[in-house]
Amino acid sequence: MTTAQAPPNLVGMSGGTLRDAFGRALVELARERDDLVVLDADIAGGTGTHHFRDACPDRFYQFGIAEQNMMAAAGGMASLGLLPVVTTFAVFCLRAVEQARLSIAYSGRKVVIAASHPGLDVGPDGGSAQCFEDLAAFRAIPGMAVLSPADPLEMRAATRAAIEWDGPVYLRTGRSPAPCVTVEGAPFELGRGSVLRDGSDVTLVACGVEVARSLAAAEELEREGISARVVNLHTLAPVDDALLERCSRETRAFVTAEDASIRGGLGSTVAESLARTAPAPIEMIGIDDVFGTSGEPEELAAHYAIDAPAIAAAARRVLVRK
Amino acid sequence: MTIAASESTRALAERALSVRRGLIAAIHHAGSGHPGGSLSATDLLVWLWENLYREAPPNAADGGEQFVLSKGHACAALYAVGAEFGLIERAELLRFRKLGSPLQGHTHVVDLPWTGASTGSLGQGFSVAIGKALALRHRCLPGAVTVILGDGELQEGEIWEGAMFAAHHGLDRLCAIVDYNKMQSDDRNENICGLEPLPEKWRAFGWHVTEIDGHDLDAIGEAIRAARAHEGAPSAIVAHTLKGKGVSFMEGSPLWHGSVALSADETGRALRDLGAGEDEIAAWLAGSVPA
Repeated sequence: MTTAQAPPNLVGMSGGTLRDAFGRALVELARERDDLVVLDADIAGGTGTHHFRDACPDRFYQFGIAEQNMMAAAGGMASLGLLPVVTTFAVFCLRAVEQARLSIAYSGRKVVIAASHPGLDVGPDGGSAQCFEDLAAFRAIPGMAVLSPADPLEMRAATRAAIEWDGPVYLRTGRSPAPCVTVEGAPFELGRGSVLRDGSDVTLVACGVEVARSLAAAEELEREGISARVVNLHTLAPVDDALLERCSRETRAFVTAEDASIRGGLGSTVAESLARTAPAPIEMIGIDDVFGTSGEPEELAAHYAIDAPAIAAAARRVLVRK
Repeated sequence: MTIAASESTRALAERALSVRRGLIAAIHHAGSGHPGGSLSATDLLVWLWENLYREAPPNAADGGEQFVLSKGHACAALYAVGAEFGLIERAELLRFRKLGSPLQGHTHVVDLPWTGASTGSLGQGFSVAIGKALALRHRCLPGAVTVILGDGELQEGEIWEGAMFAAHHGLDRLCAIVDYNKMQSDDRNENICGLEPLPEKWRAFGWHVTEIDGHDLDAIGEAIRAARAHEGAPSAIVAHTLKGKGVSFMEGSPLWHGSVALSADETGRALRDLGAGEDEIAAWLAGSVPA
């Protein structure tokens, strides 16, 4: 595979979080461009933007706990040459989806909306805080790029790509320490998925924290003699149709894995794409029509069957359907 | 800014009548639209264009005067002002709300950059205006931001999020004008969700507040000048207006909020009320631009 990267470095918990990598990346980018401003709704410590607040206090705007005003005001700021990065938790982005739609995307404004604490990753805060619907909601907005990077290293590259992309971007970060699955300096191209592990029997397509779990599932499947390819589909929109089509022709079976609702999220994204190019059986790992509950992220992953054993089991199921 | 002499005020009042006739014709040919709130906001818009935006339209990306009609359903008035001041062809008014026209049923800033914001979801234009005021200050650009709000719009929580924010950040180059015609889509404000005491609400949120007759062109000018002179806090102008202003059968009636189809007979009567002669009425009704 020409697109395969160096083997994944499954070193367990790196200690790094996506949100921390995001906050530090903003500080780096701020040195390069003076149009960058960061908007916060009283959770800078949670979103990682405290790094930016401390480094660039005159470019950090505190909106208070008022996400609707923050989101639409970002559109106004963009109309006068600033590049606003709106930051809050994923679930509170939902509160301002309509502002993102009208005052950012429809208005042709370049704004980056960065959401931390997505999905089960929120953990003990419970069902009200665990947002599974964001990928579906933002993916449905015309022209909105939707990114969900896999690890802190990729987060850094994705933040730069989101800033440089010509259009509005919804960027999922993350709360919990995440294992590293990419390597320093790996190329990141918005809109192009990457093959992290080659395989020929089935393709595991994942985003966010599910990429590491898919790699672990692929290891497990290999012990059974099943060759699983792992695709990191960090960009849900615009989706990499060509890569998915190629994987379909080469492996003829898919498992999608996401810490989000499969209804409108990655599962839907892959199914929509393949239905138009090279249909193949798909098993979808993710949240299916239920709300979350309190618990630690890893135990919740097992509880809601989005952990590595669940992905491996889905691969076995889909192989029967080939 | 020059103080409007009474003669020029009379001339401006004539322009306001011309704008009102244009918006009535536009809504008639569209087959739908919002005449009541367009007529109540017309004098505010005409004053702003005559005195602030005549030389250059607002909302340039490099600063200067910025403007948002947050009550975007009243855009027929904004389009008619645009036609009056040469930003769009008068004939375009007859294509209001029609496929292919940039004059959509609510403003779309990609099609018409001088409108400042895409509107149609109440509350958002106010936040966009706040973002503009913040950006002007951040980039040390000249200019000021004026935003026209509806009264029913003030029931949106986003308005009060923004009001708190703008005062907290001392955005004194922001002026919000409330087109206070006391009516909204279904009924009078007081029967839907009362707004009073309205000036006190804005004051309590930390704004500099004045109250005026929103159809008195001299009073509008005086209040806007005072707002621009005020330092340290944003300004709110509570402009008492009449829904349907200038059209006898619409004045003071929420029935004409919209989205209403104006019949040829109603359009003729409205245009007559607004000072049109029979030739002009015939031309508008025939779908042509009066001489």
